[in-house]
Amino acid sequence: MDLFTQEENILSVSEITNSVKRVLEKSFKGIKIVGEISNFKAHFSGHWYFTLKDANAQISCTMWKGNNSRVRFTPEDGMKIIVSGNISVYPPRGSYQIDVRSMKAEGVGELQAAFERLKQRLSDEGLFDVENKKAITRLPKKIGIVTAIDSAAFRDMVSVAERRFPLVELIVASSHVQGDGAAENIARNIKVLDSQGGIDTIIIGRGGGSLEDLWAFNEEIVARTIFDAETPIISGVGHEIDFTIADFVADLRAPTPTASMELATPNQEEILNYISDFFENSSTNVNSIITNFKDEIFGITNSYGFKSHDMIINNYMQTLDNYLFRIENGTNQKFQKSKNELNLLNNIVESFNVEKALERGFALVKQNNKTISRAKDYDSNKKIKIKFYDKEIEIT
Amino acid sequence: MAKKHKSFEESLLRLKEISEKLEGSEVGLDDSIKLYEEGVKLAKECYTTLSEAELKIKELKSELEIDID
Repeated sequence: MDLFTQEENILSVSEITNSVKRVLEKSFKGIKIVGEISNFKAHFSGHWYFTLKDANAQISCTMWKGNNSRVRFTPEDGMKIIVSGNISVYPPRGSYQIDVRSMKAEGVGELQAAFERLKQRLSDEGLFDVENKKAITRLPKKIGIVTAIDSAAFRDMVSVAERRFPLVELIVASSHVQGDGAAENIARNIKVLDSQGGIDTIIIGRGGGSLEDLWAFNEEIVARTIFDAETPIISGVGHEIDFTIADFVADLRAPTPTASMELATPNQEEILNYISDFFENSSTNVNSIITNFKDEIFGITNSYGFKSHDMIINNYMQTLDNYLFRIENGTNQKFQKSKNELNLLNNIVESFNVEKALERGFALVKQNNKTISRAKDYDSNKKIKIKFYDKEIEIT
Repeated sequence: MAKKHKSFEESLLRLKEISEKLEGSEVGLDDSIKLYEEGVKLAKECYTTLSEAELKIKELKSELEIDID
């Protein structure tokens, strides 16, 4: 047989490739393929290139940036996934590949494995390191919240804040917390709150759910946003037993959304107790300060120095008393002596008393109203008066 | 000092400081009474602020819908 007889059927490489391209791309649209990832490469441009394989075959895959940004985990070699997309032919290489539109992990086991791998990788990078954790403000003025505003988790947070510390202001950036785009939404809201300024703490959280429901909190974009934020972040995702990547990166992990608000706020009961303790303790303290000063004053006034002053005064007092006593004594004695002398003199005078002499019978001779007690004083030319005890007579 | 109104946090901090000073022994009588008066005033203010507080909630609408390209 001559293979080259019908020359009009000769096709160029491009022609046949384009024919194949048309046939394949038309026939394999919207297909789903399960397989294991190998040779995964995230190109600098943002596009992903990898091979999907099973035990007996393999097929090249591409996933463009616009599509892969919606993938909720980081694909890694060995991971079993289900992709959906179209077959496409790349003429320059003559190769066919799957243009992957979406991808999901096959089963919970794969998600769990992706979780473990991401956790390991971020941990190796230091995103969970304790020294990178920021301290949570004890008395916050504003708390930012990233959660769904219509969720029970949010209502729980509000009631905790109301009960514990109503002085705080809650600023909510309502987010989708599950489904497509949830991780980007959470990350963006964290950034928005972080750049607000004046927000002391950011809480990110949602109520309980399946591993898939909580998945947004396991995505790398959320982890990196938490790590880069300036504001301290508390995560409160799911129930106590649920651990997410966000929990590991956050500055503080709360077991539940309710607990996250409890960790973010002080208890007003405690503050009120502290204040009433102040009234009690401080007045006791002030009283004891006053008592101490009183004791000190008492001590000083009883000291030898103070007492010696009193003693000096007392000594002077005594000396003075002594003098007074002596003066008084001396004066009395003198007075008594004078009194005695006076009595004696008085008696003498008394004995010379004229009246007494007249009474006894003596008489008094007077001339010109003068007593003539001596003969030489007598004038015979003048009248004479004689005074008797009972009467005075005149002799001419 | 005639300082501007203290924030709740500043008031609590000052209260703590005053308690510690009053517990210590180096405060004089005049100072201790002044501190006590200041503390009582602050404590009353804090008490009032806290007991009259009402939770404020504000929803932040992120107008800037940045598209991820």
